[in-house]
Amino acid sequence: MAAELHVELVAADRSVWSGEATLVVARTTSGDIGVMPGHQPLLGVLESGPVTIRTSDGGTVVAAVHGGFLSFADNKLSLLAEIAELADEIDTQRAEQALERAKSDEDDAAQRRADVRLRAVAGR
Amino acid sequence: MGAQLRVYKRRIRSVTATKKITKAMEMIAASRIVKAQRHVAASTPYATELTRAVTAVATGSTTKHPLTTEVEAPVRAAVLLITSDRGLAGGYSSNAIKAADRLTERLRGEGKEVDSYIVGRKGVAYYTFRERKIADSWTGFTDNPTYADAKRIATPLIEAVQQDTAEGGVDELHIVFTEFISMLTQTPVEHRLLPLSLEGAAEEAGTKGEILPLYDFEPSAEDVLDALLPRYVESRIYNALLQAAASKHAATRRAMKSATDNAGELIKSLSRLANAARQAEITQEISEIVGGASALSDATAGSDR
Repeated sequence: MAAELHVELVAADRSVWSGEATLVVARTTSGDIGVMPGHQPLLGVLESGPVTIRTSDGGTVVAAVHGGFLSFADNKLSLLAEIAELADEIDTQRAEQALERAKSDEDDAAQRRADVRLRAVAGR
Repeated sequence: MGAQLRVYKRRIRSVTATKKITKAMEMIAASRIVKAQRHVAASTPYATELTRAVTAVATGSTTKHPLTTEVEAPVRAAVLLITSDRGLAGGYSSNAIKAADRLTERLRGEGKEVDSYIVGRKGVAYYTFRERKIADSWTGFTDNPTYADAKRIATPLIEAVQQDTAEGGVDELHIVFTEFISMLTQTPVEHRLLPLSLEGAAEEAGTKGEILPLYDFEPSAEDVLDALLPRYVESRIYNALLQAAASKHAATRRAMKSATDNAGELIKSLSRLANAARQAEITQEISEIVGGASALSDATAGSDR
């Protein structure tokens, strides 16, 4: 059995996902970072983007996070985000519509959000 | 039916209708408390993790950040007061306002200017009626606050803290809200959010005394702190809003419960009065009949003789 780390993906108003994983890939402000069990204690600022969690039973969980950070210590990884959604929860059609709407309204924040959602779905 | 009796009957009807309304409001508030409590519980993991991380960065690095450093001689403080949009909650809003007044008084005593920031229509109404200056106010979401609301409140506050005092910035940020202790107890409390006191933060997270690991910072300690502290303030404000909402519902429930009880008492005493009035009316009628009959019999007896 490979080593595992415990992952908590927490949004501001709810706990989104928690479980054991073998690898977590997230995008920080200075580039993508992969965290495996036994990593050195780490605190990083996350970019808006998809986070990929490879679970210990071989599955993959993809989530879209918008603004947040990750902290790793004692084999426990906390991903904190203001808004976080699992790729399974995202309605592709609605996200596409939101992207179109955001583009036509020139609402940068909304456009970025919709874009991150779609990328998370693509990585599923 | 006599006039007096009719008046009593009418009052009983109106009180009964009021009682039904307050009873319904009590039950609605009771169901909302549970929902609000669930929101508070759901936001706890984020707040705990965030506090832990902030404590870790602040203790693990020697970085100085405007949001954590104490100013030698603070000249201006911001007070964020959280009240409710709606009344019918007993002393809920006025207790929070009083707590804010006490805090303002104390800060003024320490020689600081005070900027008031207010959430909720009740607080805004109180301040505008007394023609006090409001730096900024937000209304319309106190019953069911979202994280976006907390963010909207936090942004100008953080800007004010980061600004130079000479240009209208503030040195300290205090928050006054009603803490939800239990269904029966809610007390207004005040906290100093900024500058952040690390011992306080550690205590909240329950990590006091625990040795925090030496973190690697990505990209750097300053950048992490820059990103973390506003999130921390937002999350504290969010938590305060949620607790205030739960407290408001609890206060409404209690106020409506006593209103319902009072209405019950009133109905009871009014029915007693109505009964007495009815009895008096009957007695009067009987005595009138008896009196009339005896007068009649007296009159006929007289004519016989």
